[in-house]
This record gives sequence, structure tokens and C-alpha cells, in this order.
Amino acid sequence: MKLTIQVNEGPYQHQSSDSAYNFTKAALEKGHEIFRVFFYHDGVNNGTRLTTPPQDDRNIVERWSALAKEHDLDMVVCVAAAQRRGIVDEGEAERNGKDATNIADGFRISGLGQLVEGAINSDRLVVFGD
Amino acid sequence: MSETKKFMYLNRKAPYGTIYAWESLEVVLIGAAFEQDVSLAFLDDGVFQLTKGQDTKGIGMKNFSPTYAALGDYEVTKIYVEKESLEERGLTIDDLQHLVWEDEDEDWAEKDSIRLVSRSELADVLAEQDVLFNF
Repeated sequence: MKLTIQVNEGPYQHQSSDSAYNFTKAALEKGHEIFRVFFYHDGVNNGTRLTTPPQDDRNIVERWSALAKEHDLDMVVCVAAAQRRGIVDEGEAERNGKDATNIADGFRISGLGQLVEGAINSDRLVVFGD
Repeated sequence: MSETKKFMYLNRKAPYGTIYAWESLEVVLIGAAFEQDVSLAFLDDGVFQLTKGQDTKGIGMKNFSPTYAALGDYEVTKIYVEKESLEERGLTIDDLQHLVWEDEDEDWAEKDSIRLVSRSELADVLAEQDVLFNF
């Protein structure tokens, strides 16, 4: 089955991000195709490489990056949600006159159209959040 | 991407306590460009999103409620409101904005966008959908 995953909540605050990761990993292991993982609302905070959790805890951001690398996942952070919450790549930094970037490996910033396109092109849209 | 799917956006939260309502509306507006068969549903505290006379001055937030009146121009013409959710909150349809759309096929006649449905009727509408966006 072809799936698009939507992650609506930030890391550590809420279990949604963990559940989305575990679901995505399990789906891939079962041979399903992940068309895209789309991060929206506070979910965009899953995409900052500046995250530094305590060493005895899981690193949610690096875990997503590693999964993306292993499976060539398309992980998209919503641009409008990212701008509000300070998730920045080089293009956004230049456009908005910011002095730094923080996007993590494997994530890219793009528009909401990517979510709608994911829903159209997938057999299921699976949403994680409140 | 020629396939048309039945898209429903479920709005379940009050408008200003969290950002879900506004960011849901942003998806609806962007999604309109994809020419899918779109409908919206308002239930639980989501019915407060459509109330008229919203004034956000006191909380310093943008009042985005006028945007709902523009949905007709985006060809979003099916807006379901759950009757029980209104009743449980002491609201009636008269507390909501009067949302309309213009029917091109009937000389741009103005038609109501809001469809008041019971919880069980809404369940049937949900069962017909291909994609549910839950906000």
C-alpha cells in the first residue's frame, strides 16, 4: 500500500511523533511504500538539527534523518508552519533575511500543496496528532 | 493527478486556543487549487470557528473568521455542521455566519453552504470520503 504520513505534533511534548516514526518504520519493514512524510503544525519542530536530548533518551530528529537516509524517504516540512516556528533552510534564510539555518538532514521545506498531493497520490493518508 | 477524490476537512477545535483551526483553513485554501471534491465539517468545539461577531482584539490575535465567507469563491460549497455539537454548546445555526456560494449553473444564484446534520448523518458522510484531514 502507498501511504502518506502527516505528523502534527512536536517531538518529546507529544507521543504523536514517536508513533508516526514507529508506524512509518513498521510499514516500510512490511514492504509498504511511503510516498511522503509531511510535518505540519508543531510537527515542523521534528526537523531541527539543533535538538539535543539527554544522552539516555531517544534522539527523535536523528532517528527520522536516519530512517530517511536508509529508505530514501521524502520528508517535507510545511513552509508556512516552519516560518512561524523558526525552522529554516538556506533558501528560507536568504529569503527572510535570517542569520542561521537549522533544518536537519533528510528534511526539506516546501508548501502545503505537497500534503494535498500526497493525499491524492496515496492509498491512505495517516495522520498523527490530537 | 487527474483522479478526483472526496476530501473532507474535519474541524474539531475552538478557533484561538490552538493554531489547528487557522492552519486547517490554510490547507483548505491551498488544497482548493487541486480541484478535488472538497467538503468541510465542523463538530465538537470546532463549531465555534463559524460563530459570527468574533472579536480578537483582547487577545492580540488575528481574527481569521472572515476567511470562512470566502470559501464559496474557492468552490468550497459543502460545509457540514453537526447539530448535536451546536446544541451541547448552547448554540443554534443563527449564531453562525451565513455562508453562501454562487451557483454558476443557475445564473449565479446564491445558495447556502452550511448543511446542518445530525451526528449519525455526519457519520454517513464521513464513510463516503476518500481522504479525511483531521484538525
